[in-house]
Amino acid sequence: MVNAAPILRMVNLTKQFGRLVAVNDVSLDIQEGEFFTIVGPSGSGKTTLLRMLGGLEKPTAGDIFLRDERVNQVPANRRPTCMVFQSLALFNHKTVGQNIEFSLKMRGESRRARRERGLALMNVVQLPEDYYDKSVTKCSGGERQRVALARALASDPDILFFDEPLSAIDYRLRKLLEVELKDLHRTTGKTFVYITHSLEEAMVMSDRIGIMQEGRLIQIGSPNEIYLQPRNKFVSEFMGEVNTLAVQAGADGGIDCPAFERRFTSPVKPDGFTDGYLVIRPESMRFLNDPSEAENHLEGSLFNEYALGSRVQYHVSAGGSMFVVEKLREQAYQGGLNDDVLIGWDAKDSVLVTD
Amino acid sequence: MVDRAETPAPLIRQPGVGSLLLGWLRSPGVLNATPVLIFFLIGFVGPLVIVLAFSFTPERTFDLGAGFTTENYEHIFTESYYISFIWSFALAGLTVACNLLIGYPIAYGLSKLFGRWAAPVMLVLVIPLFVSENVRLFGWYLFLIKGGGILAGGLKTAFGIDTGTLLYEPGTILMGMIYVYLPFTLFPIVLGLSMVPRDQVEASRDLGASRFQIFREVELPIAMPGILIGALLTFVLAVGAISEAKLLGGQNTPVIAQDIQHEFTYAQNWPLGSAISVLAIVVTGILVVLVMRRLDLDRLLGRR
Repeated sequence: MVNAAPILRMVNLTKQFGRLVAVNDVSLDIQEGEFFTIVGPSGSGKTTLLRMLGGLEKPTAGDIFLRDERVNQVPANRRPTCMVFQSLALFNHKTVGQNIEFSLKMRGESRRARRERGLALMNVVQLPEDYYDKSVTKCSGGERQRVALARALASDPDILFFDEPLSAIDYRLRKLLEVELKDLHRTTGKTFVYITHSLEEAMVMSDRIGIMQEGRLIQIGSPNEIYLQPRNKFVSEFMGEVNTLAVQAGADGGIDCPAFERRFTSPVKPDGFTDGYLVIRPESMRFLNDPSEAENHLEGSLFNEYALGSRVQYHVSAGGSMFVVEKLREQAYQGGLNDDVLIGWDAKDSVLVTD
Repeated sequence: MVDRAETPAPLIRQPGVGSLLLGWLRSPGVLNATPVLIFFLIGFVGPLVIVLAFSFTPERTFDLGAGFTTENYEHIFTESYYISFIWSFALAGLTVACNLLIGYPIAYGLSKLFGRWAAPVMLVLVIPLFVSENVRLFGWYLFLIKGGGILAGGLKTAFGIDTGTLLYEPGTILMGMIYVYLPFTLFPIVLGLSMVPRDQVEASRDLGASRFQIFREVELPIAMPGILIGALLTFVLAVGAISEAKLLGGQNTPVIAQDIQHEFTYAQNWPLGSAISVLAIVVTGILVVLVMRRLDLDRLLGRR
């Protein structure tokens, strides 16, 4: 797969709105059949990037290649790509069937061929056939998602773009649709480029993830790489709650933590590391009975605990900062609030990142 | 001790028609609407009923009790009055058609393209409305008049070209009507076009629609309520137009309103004037109902 020519290639892609640089020098190859997710907070430029790929914005600088063909100036209606919008942008004055068949009608396909394909697509996205003549305004949120998906699939595009289509959906339905979307990716074999502000959502679905911050693509990798080797503090904190300690490279290969006046054992250091942050995930943090049970430890007191279903989360106050510890429910901490506790971790479970 | 009725009263009493009516009259909506309702009955429905009654009285009477006849309506068709109906409806229809063609692109620009220039453009279109229609038409009259008119005089002075006059032609009346009624077509279309969401336009382009297909499949259907309202408003106003025909048409082209005025004043034939009025109202009313049935006013005003 790595050797195959990319289906979509961005080279030094930049978009400016006046003085605002929305997308800053992004270069990225997306492989055929890949589920690639671009993750970033709102305002990071991910939507602008996607709109350029879809042909709804023109780049200020840089190039977009679709199967080795430069498409910078090709408008959206002539690109073999299709977008599922954040708002879904369904045509409220049309029925479910008319929405799904829109692209086919634009191509001038016959009514019969359109209907056949429309019903087949409704089957793919699990919409009942009798919805065909229903007004889209009478559909529920989940059904509207399915209509939007079927509509995008109808023209048989090479690439499907998704602009946070699940962000306005309640949690349970979102989880269900995430799984369905990933399954749909498998069954259709198409290239999916998805953007979201939720790294959790990206983790579930994607083959590869790109993290965007202030218009730049700062890390690209598999979900595992992003999770285990975040490149900087921004990426590591984007993952959710983590413990970060400001540290400096110390003598004899260790790392010094000025706030605690401690020397910790160091994980693998990035090249030329001098100072940055030590990141420890809540699930890598343990309660200790004795300092010897882990390579590093801190003394603190148990501030509060939160049940998360299968897991329990603890906030431990130590040296003026709050640390997060997560345990499986079966391994919950036995004791009360305000207990003096020892928390610790091994170097291999921590990561060093720069700012 | 008071004797009670033999049958015990039911636990829940069914409200009678009287109490239902009373309840309806006491509801806040009806109470609030009462002043307007009374004004409406005296000032609008009353005169219309009188006109309707007069239209069935014998020729040249001023007495509602003079008898019943349909001869006034027959006169409209046996004498030449129907011609002014044809002129008025044709001119109104043409005015609507031209104004839709002129108004749609301007409305599109105002709602989608002009950006910060939309307000000044809007102002330019609105300011003439502060000047009386008759004054503006007199302006056109001075511009177009033969010999000393601004157009003819200007051409003669500057280029030595002798022209006739454009006045007193049906085409001039049409121009005047297009000019006067354009804002009434334009602003509802602006309202209609502002209901077209940008993302739906983008989605249709993304799905392969050409510029014209976007217009036909997305913009036009969504903006249609506004377009219909604009067309209807213009049509109703244009059917009743009189100044354009009088000033720019020199009374060569008969229109309904002119006939009505003539019958009520110069000819002193109120029954015929009434019959013409009633027929005009009925024909226009039918058209309005036909269009309004297709409209969802609540959606247009953004209440849903």
